[in-house]
Amino acid sequence: MALCSMSWKPVLAGAVVGLLALPVTLSAQQAAPGAAPAPLPSPTTNSVLMDAPKNPAAQKLAPVAPPPIAKAADQIPLSKFHVPNGFKLELYASGMVNARSLARGDKGTIFVSTRLLDRIYAITDNNGKHEVKPLYSGLFRPNGLAFKNGTLYLAELNKISKIENIEANLDNPPKPVVIYDNLPSDEPHGWKYLAIGPDNKLYFNVGAPCNICEPPPTHAQLRRINMDGSGMEVYARGIRQVVGLDFHPVSHQLYFSENQRDWLSEDLPNDKLNRVTKPGQEDFGFPRCHQGNVPDPEFGWGKGCEGVTKPLALLGPHAAPLGIRFYTGGMFPKEYHNGLFIARHGSWNKTKKFGGDIVFVTLNANGTVKSVKPFITGFLQPDNNYIGRPVDILQMPDGALLISDDWNGAVYRLSYSKAQVSQR
Amino acid sequence: MSKTFLAAAISAVVLAAIPASAQSVSEKLAPCLACHGESGTSQNENVPSLGGQNSYYLLIQLVLFRDKIRVGDPMNDLLKGVSDGDLQAFADTIAKLPPPKPAEGGDAARVEKAKALAHQNHCDACHRLDFAGTENVPRIGAQREDYLLKTLRDYKSGARHGYDASMADVLAPLGDADFIELAYYLAHSR
Repeated sequence: MALCSMSWKPVLAGAVVGLLALPVTLSAQQAAPGAAPAPLPSPTTNSVLMDAPKNPAAQKLAPVAPPPIAKAADQIPLSKFHVPNGFKLELYASGMVNARSLARGDKGTIFVSTRLLDRIYAITDNNGKHEVKPLYSGLFRPNGLAFKNGTLYLAELNKISKIENIEANLDNPPKPVVIYDNLPSDEPHGWKYLAIGPDNKLYFNVGAPCNICEPPPTHAQLRRINMDGSGMEVYARGIRQVVGLDFHPVSHQLYFSENQRDWLSEDLPNDKLNRVTKPGQEDFGFPRCHQGNVPDPEFGWGKGCEGVTKPLALLGPHAAPLGIRFYTGGMFPKEYHNGLFIARHGSWNKTKKFGGDIVFVTLNANGTVKSVKPFITGFLQPDNNYIGRPVDILQMPDGALLISDDWNGAVYRLSYSKAQVSQR
Repeated sequence: MSKTFLAAAISAVVLAAIPASAQSVSEKLAPCLACHGESGTSQNENVPSLGGQNSYYLLIQLVLFRDKIRVGDPMNDLLKGVSDGDLQAFADTIAKLPPPKPAEGGDAARVEKAKALAHQNHCDACHRLDFAGTENVPRIGAQREDYLLKTLRDYKSGARHGYDASMADVLAPLGDADFIELAYYLAHSR
């Protein structure tokens, strides 16, 4: 074939991201192939696999990737997901590869983000039929979504944008307008969760650019900005990665899930549920202290866990808690009111996987945790394989919950009615 | 080589690659394997050998190319509009081709030193001790040295974004001199 003999060069234009913010030593001497071997680099502290232990079991672990094509609606194993008596889980919409964060427009459009792909989907209601359409593509890790007063807010890896009046323009959506981009471009933990607080500000994370490392002062934190992108404040520090946050319906305090480091051991550290009580002043421990009481073997020397804000709850080793949502609807029984649902995406850095469920957290009157109980199970099967992975949770006006699943590329609707309660 | 000629050549391949649905998978794959090697081993500069590659990894890359999330000529044009089902069939079929053979010879001392570098940076964890990979993690053992080096450089520069951030993460502490040694080692690894 003639093409193969040509020395074409790959087209890379537009794909190169800024590297200025990379917190690493770039030792790139452009040596020719065949040059003398370089000296071994000093031990790395900047890798997801740093300190990966050298035994056969650990060498079977690698990050789990979701399928790049969506499951057909009739292939989604809904009957294997178990809900408590009286609840019903049904398919709301499917065909959305890598469905991640959820946001609802004033007119009822459900916006669905992706993390591994480049797109945003919109689910619209056509006389009770839920139709999925691709809204945007060509975005860069567009994980974060929020909606307020007709405007959709979108957090890509290194910028936050808004699209006004989006629901009137779903067939011809305008170009997003950047409101904030003073952000690093690191890929590790670079994707953002985005939420709007009761103070009418946008909240989002800047994750640690590594599994375990001493992060630059610009990283490992929660920030907030005004809705026009101005007035940035660091809201909390010492946070490895946030992938879900919400505000308590009464105290308005910010609660967030945090994913902890890999490779310390199979069973430590636990991922966390945290609460911010002193905005701008708290250190949640990364990298020196994990789960509030485990000093890091390398970074914990000296101060250890001193002065670190303790988690409200430990959510399990490598469990990957993502979306969290306070329940304020009128549909579910009373015991769920003002409690917290958490989607545990599930582990990869653990031989016997853990998580892959939705848990329900009952809180005490002072906002601390009374109990954490399994609520929806079955995403992780007894054979140690995922058949679904829950990501984000959204409350609908009728009190039902929508739950996204990035494994099946689907959104489910969880409802409750007394009529559904069976005598079992 | 003029750009016009290149575009024409690519168009010709595209026409050949987007087939009538009556064509069999092997007929549809013929233009792919013309470059990547009918026996699974590529003879072309910077074109990877695909034999023995994990089908799940292949499917992910085919989707990323089709959807222009992974950018590269001529793959984006070749795969434009190809259905999920065809991509799955391509991946499953290509995975059954025999894996490439390691490059002949090699400087034993250089290989040993680079092996330590690969081990130190945990390449042999996700990609496995035999570098055959698993599921979404590609086979990299006995791959073409030029393609391995290009891939490492592209991940480092951000020209190639992985499906997830794992490669950007693990390559953060490494530089070009390391990449040259790793590519040499992996191409020779057996």
